[in-house]
Amino acid sequence: MADVPSDAPEHCPGTSSDQAGKSSACQGCPNQNICASGAAKAPDPGIHAYISIWLLKLVSSVYKAIVALLDVDICGPSIPKIMGLEGEQVHQSGSGWSPVYVEDNLAVMSIGFLLSSPDDAVIWRGPKKNGMIKQFLRDVDWGEVDYLIVDTPPGTSDEHLSIVQYLSGAGIDGAVIITTPQEVSLQDVRKEIRFCKKVKIPIIGVIENMSGFVCPKCKNTSQIFPPTTGGAQRMCEELNLPLLGSVPLDPRIGRSCDEGKSFLTEVPDSPAAVAYQNIVQSKSSKPQQASLY
Amino acid sequence: MDSSGECDRNLHQVKHVVLVLSGKGGVGKSTITTELALALIHAGKKVGILDVDLCGPSIPRMLRVGKPEVHQCDAGWVPVYADPQQQLAIMSIGFLLEDSDEAVIWRGPKKTALIGQFVSDVAWGELDVLLVDTPPGTSDEHLAVLENLRKHRVDGAVLVTTPQAVSTGDVRREITFCKKTAVKILGIVENMSGFVCPHCSECSNIFSKGGGEELAKLTGSVFLGSVPLDPLLAASLEEGQDFLQAFPDSSTYTAISQIANTLLSSLDA
Repeated sequence: MADVPSDAPEHCPGTSSDQAGKSSACQGCPNQNICASGAAKAPDPGIHAYISIWLLKLVSSVYKAIVALLDVDICGPSIPKIMGLEGEQVHQSGSGWSPVYVEDNLAVMSIGFLLSSPDDAVIWRGPKKNGMIKQFLRDVDWGEVDYLIVDTPPGTSDEHLSIVQYLSGAGIDGAVIITTPQEVSLQDVRKEIRFCKKVKIPIIGVIENMSGFVCPKCKNTSQIFPPTTGGAQRMCEELNLPLLGSVPLDPRIGRSCDEGKSFLTEVPDSPAAVAYQNIVQSKSSKPQQASLY
Repeated sequence: MDSSGECDRNLHQVKHVVLVLSGKGGVGKSTITTELALALIHAGKKVGILDVDLCGPSIPRMLRVGKPEVHQCDAGWVPVYADPQQQLAIMSIGFLLEDSDEAVIWRGPKKTALIGQFVSDVAWGELDVLLVDTPPGTSDEHLAVLENLRKHRVDGAVLVTTPQAVSTGDVRREITFCKKTAVKILGIVENMSGFVCPHCSECSNIFSKGGGEELAKLTGSVFLGSVPLDPLLAASLEEGQDFLQAFPDSSTYTAISQIANTLLSSLDA
């Protein structure tokens, strides 16, 4: 947010001031709540880079932080659909590309916004993908951001190496690693953890997704993706990493994603929504805690 | 080594080549590849699996082949056999890593080079079907496979999706990839299609419903069938067990067998 926003009243103390949101001039200003929460202040020099979609929605809506979501899954950009932004376009101005805003404090960028048809395939080799990622970081006018969250495709290849390389100057706070409970997933996630170690990204923690399903009729729990080797919990114990939480399967998550609606708003009392809340609460109060092994 | 000549020789006795593709990660490409391979073997076919997911090779574990050494012969690399009768041959980077947790942190050109070797330098011998399991996307690995198979026929691709729009949205792009690279679409499989509670038999559409079939209609592709979410299938894959042999009475078995039969008919047509 600009230090004196265009819709601010006369005598605005400035968004970075200690009086932001609190002075008498702030009464009636549309930004008063954001300023009073402290979220409008300039961010710390390090950019917090988490990898998750619902975490950021929670952070932006509940904690009033200014959040940017960068989708670097160049071949399979899902973020526009999940955020209800399909069909939106990116505009260019003197200050660069404008991201697409879900809300005033939640900006999104994805190659999905640059494709003219939902059938368009991005058939690019590594170097071209890297070039796109560089443009996303250099040419997008993100403005002031508290949290930059980067959603990546699976793997340990061009996209991952490039995002680490290009963000090395800004500093990456860490990575959140997502897995499902079964060994077939953990086996690949261990490689991702090794990747983080090699490129020296701290691991904030691991989230176990699709962690059990409660039948809506009989309320029994089924482990659809069975944790035959102890799931994320055992892996985290073995590798001395924080387990941030486990999110159960809920058909309403998939539905919300497909409809571009916020699951947390639609079904706030779902066990999955509660799990997300707990994950964000535990990490947003301790942003410096990350494992460097 | 003249790779085109070697490719011809090593694929000379491979009757059919089928790519297993998806635009989306986590939909079950490796699962479907494994189950199709097992179904084809039970139908008396000789099958090979080429695993070109270099960053996340799942096939070795799903078939419980462990970490055997890969040997060389005059024609190139000898594939690893999953069974003593040598009906199922496999090649995966998983066999070449000393430490199974080791990350393959390679950019495109290095991945392309290894995939070239995997296509041309594995002595597959006589195979009825070679299935190629791919990572999600439309990038280096996919282009490398097609370029190296240019001199040999690719029968086509099976596309895997889950029912929900977020998945079919990416698979639509994969369909465009196939059209642009002149790969015939043999059909679409909808995986994770409904979950029947083992306690009360209530069916829950955890990942929505019907998207795969809709996608097939929308794009004029063949709909091969739906495979339900089945914890027994997931558990079998964890242990590298032959699910089809262990659970022949399950609806999942029926679904997979039908898909395999339809695929086989279209290959032999």
